[in-house]
Amino acid sequence: MWMIEIPPFFPFFIGALIVSLTRGRLRGMIMVAIPIVSALHLWLMPEGIHLQFLLFDYQLIPYRIDKLSLMFGYVFHIAALIGIIYSLHLRDTMQQVSAMMYAGSGLGAVFAGDLLTLFIFWELLAFTSVFLIWARRTERAFVAGMRYLIIQVLSGVILLAGALFYASDNNTLEFGYIGLDSVAGWLIFIAFGIKCAFPMAHNWLTDAYPEATVTGTVFLSAFTTKVAVYALARAYPGVELLVYIGAAMTCFPIFFAVIENDLRRVLAYSLLNQVGFMVVGIGIGTALAINGAVAHAFNDVIFKGLLFMSMGAVLHMTGRINGSELGGLYKTMPKTTILCIVGAASISAFPLFSGFVSKSMVVSAALEEGFEWIWLMLLFASAGVFHHAGIKIPYFAFFAHDSGIRANDPPKNMLVAMAIAAGLCLAIGIYPQALYALLPFDTGYNPYDATHVLAQTQLLFFSALAFVWLNLKGLYPPELRSINLDFDWVYRRAFPTALQKIFTIIWKLDRVLRQGLKLKLKVYLTFIAQKNGRLSGLLSKNYPSGSMVMWVAVVLAIYLFLSFIQ
Amino acid sequence: MKLQKKHLFDAPKNIKRILRLLYVCCVLLLVLDFIIDRHISHNWENLWGFYPIFGFVSCVILVLVATRMRTFLMRNEDYYRDEGTNDKAITSSATQSGEASKRKDCISQKSTTKKGDRDVDD
Repeated sequence: MWMIEIPPFFPFFIGALIVSLTRGRLRGMIMVAIPIVSALHLWLMPEGIHLQFLLFDYQLIPYRIDKLSLMFGYVFHIAALIGIIYSLHLRDTMQQVSAMMYAGSGLGAVFAGDLLTLFIFWELLAFTSVFLIWARRTERAFVAGMRYLIIQVLSGVILLAGALFYASDNNTLEFGYIGLDSVAGWLIFIAFGIKCAFPMAHNWLTDAYPEATVTGTVFLSAFTTKVAVYALARAYPGVELLVYIGAAMTCFPIFFAVIENDLRRVLAYSLLNQVGFMVVGIGIGTALAINGAVAHAFNDVIFKGLLFMSMGAVLHMTGRINGSELGGLYKTMPKTTILCIVGAASISAFPLFSGFVSKSMVVSAALEEGFEWIWLMLLFASAGVFHHAGIKIPYFAFFAHDSGIRANDPPKNMLVAMAIAAGLCLAIGIYPQALYALLPFDTGYNPYDATHVLAQTQLLFFSALAFVWLNLKGLYPPELRSINLDFDWVYRRAFPTALQKIFTIIWKLDRVLRQGLKLKLKVYLTFIAQKNGRLSGLLSKNYPSGSMVMWVAVVLAIYLFLSFIQ
Repeated sequence: MKLQKKHLFDAPKNIKRILRLLYVCCVLLLVLDFIIDRHISHNWENLWGFYPIFGFVSCVILVLVATRMRTFLMRNEDYYRDEGTNDKAITSSATQSGEASKRKDCISQKSTTKKGDRDVDD
C-alpha cells in the first residue's frame, strides 16, 4: 500500500509547485485543500516508521510517527490552514509559494526520524521562510531578512557538525534522546538553542518577525520556534539546564515588551516568553511537564497566530503598527477587537481559554518537582504576559486615546481565519480533554480544580488592577516613537563599529607605509634612470616601455613573415 | 457636517462602570480566598492573599523597572538606519537582484560621504 505512506511534507511541496503554476480562485482552492487533505491523511496513519532507506552505512528515516511528532504534525496543519485562509486575498506568488514550502519543511522536520533528514528540513525552514520577510520589499525587511538567514543557517551548520560527531560516536543517525554528555550533544543543543531563541540568541526573532509581511509573520510565528521546541523535547527531556534557560526566557522579554512601541515586536517578545514556558517544561522532564510543554506549544501556535493576525489586520487596514500612532480602533474594527481580545485572554491563560489548560501544567510541575524559585519566576512571567500581551496589545491598538484613524474591519478571509483560531482557543479552553487525549503521556491532569482557577484568576485580576492603578497615577510608560537596544546591538552596532575603527587604523597605517615605500622607489628609480641616461637614450626613464613592446611585436611579425615565405 | 457617532467608551461614565466592575471583582476574589477550601502544595500559597499581592506587586515592579530601562536602552527610531554598510556579509550578498544592488550602491554612497576618514581610493 505505497499510496498511503506519503510523508506530509510531500503534498505541501507539490502544492507549492501547483500554486506557482495557477492563478486566482483555483490557486486559492488548491491552497486551502492541501492542508485539509494532508491532515485527514495524517489522521488515518498509525504510529511507527513509514519510510526508511539506507544511505551508505546509515539508516535514514524520513517519515516516522509517534505521539510527540503527531501533536506537532496536527498543529502545523491547523496553522497552515489558518495562515492560508488569512492570506487568500494576496496576489503574490513569491509569498504563497514560500508559505507552502515553509509549512512543508516544518512538517518534514517534526516527522524526521534521523538527524540528516532533520538537518535538511532545518535548513529548508530557513531558506523558505526568509522570503516571507523579503516579500515586504523594503530595505529594512531586506537587511533584517539577511540577518535572520545568516543566523538560521549558522544554526543548521552547527547541527550538521553535531550530527557528524554523533554519527561517529554512536554509529547511527537515529534522532532520539541525545543528552549533554558529549561534544555532539552540546553542538546539537546549541543548534536547537539558536532556533529556539535562547537568551542572547533571541534577536533574530524580535528583529525579523516584525519586519515580515502582514501574512508572513503569521506563518513565521507558527513553525520555526515550535520545531525547535519539538527537537528539544525529543533530544533533551529532563536536562536541568533547560529549566534555568527557560525561566530566563519567560522573564526578561516582558520588560522589553512593556517599553516596545511596535506592537508586532511586542508580540515577538511575548512569543519568546511563551517558548520559555515550554523550555522549562522540557527541562523538568516529568510526564506532566512534557505534556505541559507540548500542549502549550500546540495552544501557542493558535493563540499567538491569532494575535499576530489581529495586529496584521490593523497593519493591513491602517498601514501603521506603532502603539504611539494607534488607538480608538474599536469604533470601526469591532470584530477584530473582539477576536484580538480572545487571543489576549488565551495567551494570558484566563480560565476557559486555551492558555490556561496548558500553562498550568508546566507551572504545577515546577512546584511539584521542588523548583520553588523557578515557580515564582513563572508566576511573575504569567502576570507579566497578561500585562503586555493581554492588556497592552488590545489597549493601545483598539482603545487608549482616539488616534482619529477610522479603518474598517479587514477582508472577510482574514476575519474567517481569525474566527477559526479564536474558536479553537475557546474550544480547547472549555473542553481540554480533547487536547489531553492526544498528548504523549496520560497523567489524568485536571486544570479546573477550584484552587487553580481561583489562584490564576486572582493573579490576573490584580495584575489588571495594577495596570489601572499605574495608568491613573500616570506611572505607565507612554508609547513613544523609539526603538530599544537589545542583544542585537552587539552585532549590529558594537562589532561593526569596532571593526570599522580597526580598519580605519589599518588603512591609515597602510597609507603611511605605502607612501614611504613609493617615495623610496621613486628615489631608486631616478637614481637608476640617471645612470642609464648617461649610457644610452634608449634605456632612459623617459623612453616609453610601450615602444619596446612594439619592437618585440615587430620582430615576431618578421619571424612569422619569414616562416611563410620559406 | 454630520454629527459624529458616539461610541461606547466616549462617555466617561462607561469607563467608570468598567473600572468599578473590576474593583468589585477584585474584592470578591479576595473574599473567595477564605470561602473556598484550597488544597495547597506549598507553604507560600498559605500566606494571606499570596496570589493577589504577588500579581499586583510584580506588575508594578515590572512596569517601574521597564520604565527605568528606557533611560539607557531607548534610542531614536533610525538608530540603525545606516547599518547595511557596517555589516560586510549583508552588503556583499546584496547583489542577488538588480534592485538589491542598486540599493547597495545608494547605501555605500551614503556611507562614503558620511565616513570621510576612511580612504579607500589611495
